[in-house]
Amino acid sequence: MTNAPIWDWPAWLMTAPVVLPLIGALIYALVGWRGSTRWVGVVSAACVLAAAIAIAVGVTASGPQVSFFGLLRVDALSAFLLIVIGTVALISAVATPSHLAVEVEAGRADERDCRRMVMLVQVFLALMAVAVLAAGLGVVWVAIEATTIVTAFLVGQRRDRAAVEAAWKYVVICSTGIALALLGTFLLNFAAQHTASPSPGLDWVDLVAAAPHLDPGVTRIAVALLIVGFGTKAGLAPLHAWLPDAYSQAPAPVSALMSGVLVSVAFYAVLRVKVIADAALGPEFTRALLVVLALASLILAASLLLGQRDYQRMLAYSSIENMGLVALGAAIGSPLAIAAVLLHLFGHGLVKSSLFVGAGRILQVTGSSRIDRVRGLAAREPLLAGCFGFAVLAIIAFPPFALFASELGIARAGFAAGMGWQLATALLLVLVIAASLVNHTSRMLLGTPVAAVAAPSQAAASKETVVDAAGLEAVDLAPIPAAGPFSSPPVAVRMLPARSAVVPAVAVASPIPAVVPIAIEVPGPTVADAHRSRPGAEIYAMGGALLTCAVLGLTLGPLGPLLAQATAIITRTP
Amino acid sequence: MSTALYTQLLNLVAGAFLLTAVLILWRRELSGIIDVFALQGLALAALVGIIAAAEGSAELGAVAVGVLVLRAGVLPWVLRRAAAAAGAAQRETKPLVNVVSSLLAAAALTLLAYAVSQPLVELAPSPATHAIPVGMAVVLIGFFVLVTRRLALSQLVGFLLLDNGITAVGFLTATGVGLIVELGVSLDVLLVVLVLQVLKTRMREAFGATDLDELRGLHD
Repeated sequence: MTNAPIWDWPAWLMTAPVVLPLIGALIYALVGWRGSTRWVGVVSAACVLAAAIAIAVGVTASGPQVSFFGLLRVDALSAFLLIVIGTVALISAVATPSHLAVEVEAGRADERDCRRMVMLVQVFLALMAVAVLAAGLGVVWVAIEATTIVTAFLVGQRRDRAAVEAAWKYVVICSTGIALALLGTFLLNFAAQHTASPSPGLDWVDLVAAAPHLDPGVTRIAVALLIVGFGTKAGLAPLHAWLPDAYSQAPAPVSALMSGVLVSVAFYAVLRVKVIADAALGPEFTRALLVVLALASLILAASLLLGQRDYQRMLAYSSIENMGLVALGAAIGSPLAIAAVLLHLFGHGLVKSSLFVGAGRILQVTGSSRIDRVRGLAAREPLLAGCFGFAVLAIIAFPPFALFASELGIARAGFAAGMGWQLATALLLVLVIAASLVNHTSRMLLGTPVAAVAAPSQAAASKETVVDAAGLEAVDLAPIPAAGPFSSPPVAVRMLPARSAVVPAVAVASPIPAVVPIAIEVPGPTVADAHRSRPGAEIYAMGGALLTCAVLGLTLGPLGPLLAQATAIITRTP
Repeated sequence: MSTALYTQLLNLVAGAFLLTAVLILWRRELSGIIDVFALQGLALAALVGIIAAAEGSAELGAVAVGVLVLRAGVLPWVLRRAAAAAGAAQRETKPLVNVVSSLLAAAALTLLAYAVSQPLVELAPSPATHAIPVGMAVVLIGFFVLVTRRLALSQLVGFLLLDNGITAVGFLTATGVGLIVELGVSLDVLLVVLVLQVLKTRMREAFGATDLDELRGLHD
């Protein structure tokens, strides 16, 4: 594979993203969570990112490498995912110390809880790195299943009813889904053993090489099981039910990691399986399967977002939507679509992790995860509300953010590939979702703070001034008029721009028959006023992530060649 | 071992493997369910042992011992401890689907497993691959138990049934996936069970029961 290496990078470098977090975990295990170790997580994540970038430079220059007795192998696709993992880990790590400081201060966590959380997060990071670095399907399976075990305790950390319920569902559903993937792995191995050539085992490269000779009947069953199985962990319908519960119950930095990269790592496995399936069965089979999963996920996300009352669950359903879009892009399968899918995974990781970091902060400030309890955030916390508002705009694919570029790429590739009606359905659902997200977010950020809501007429009267005070966010959030029962008419009317001509058809935000999920009502005091005025590290993490996402939407820069090589691995074009 | 004897033994053990899965559907007492589950682990280990003897593979023989220890020893022991911690004899009093319908469903699922597994058998016909549909049927029955039972512990048994079926298919396709993967899979299964047991304990602390009907707090 290696022809004329420019810089023969050392193969041990690829073990760094696994070893460094393990060292971090060891430090936390020995020393615990205290002043001196507060920034170990940040250092570890930054080192993982640095190693990922070094590996990416090496891979783009001199091709893939194998290491660690042939168990690890890194190519452009692995290197790209490593960069995603490193970046999102850094966002989550930067937000962790101040999040935990507030939790400890409020008496919701003690030193032991903190130590266990940061330790498990480091192990979680190492496992995700193993999953993308693994040379074969078997090790990928073991690593992804192990992430379930590690994160189970992170989801159930608070030990109350809702947290235990979420953790139980998470482990049962994900383990079952992943068990299906194991069955698929066995069957694919069975098919591979009965090819004419010497047995290729479960190694990605060998499997792809042997794929044209695989028995189509067996491979079809195996591929369906593998895609549904890894799709479970990626949050695709029909086995998505764990996701909203887990994300809403886990501590904010953990939700940021899970939503930002865990789903991407699982989808990475789906992409690898797709390469083999396309070579063995032709593209139609995986395309049909992925389109069904994608549209099911989008429909589900759209219907449950319309009447959503909990902002963390709202973000979780938005993750299901984004994974649906990614699956649709993978179904299209042209080089443009795959490049857009990879960019979407990165952009979604950046934005969604910063949204969860922001949501965790909002929960600490307001003490409730209910949307209607967070009115007027822009007046109380302008900086936090501003970042959150921009992040929501980024997640619904406003330019200049990377998600705009990637969704445009998926749409263009889809119409070019003749998948018109699937694309049209998906885009309509995406519009509905965008309208609900903007509606819910504007209810959170605008309006009068909760204390003043008691007198409705008074609140309506003061709304104008609050909007003026909110300034930037009001302008940004206005384009789609909020049509729900909680909408704020002055905003909607005043800011009605030309773009909203598209929207009335979808702005049917009449809430679905009232089903009320338990919202988190955190016991104990919320953030003290002294803390409130000071911008925490969360703000820096969110701002940095949004800036990166915006830059990525404008130019890929040095990431371009890596993305092109990673795309070529999946589409198998030279 | 002669081919005829090998085939007969294999069929006998595969039959026992499927029968225990059906018995789990039939029993209501948790302690009874766990006993049957241990028997199934025994059948699975015997299955691996017979394949090992037929192939004369010492490595596979060692794996059979490992399966015996894990599936007939450690896992039932963990389940028994969890059941004992739950206190009074627990019964699956009202599963979502009653016992008679469950047994009919098991028959239907077995037929489905045979239909689905046709390509697998045809790829390499042999006594071992002819038993693959049995493994698939146990996978489906395990899934059925997982979604229709209300006690946390019987849901756990459903998951393990599913896993036994998958393991059986893995060995019947006669393709070792490498010792590291094999070890990783076993370790993961064991850890999942331990994690779920911890969660079950916490559930009892938080809810006072392990009836999954209590899990109604989070939904949309």
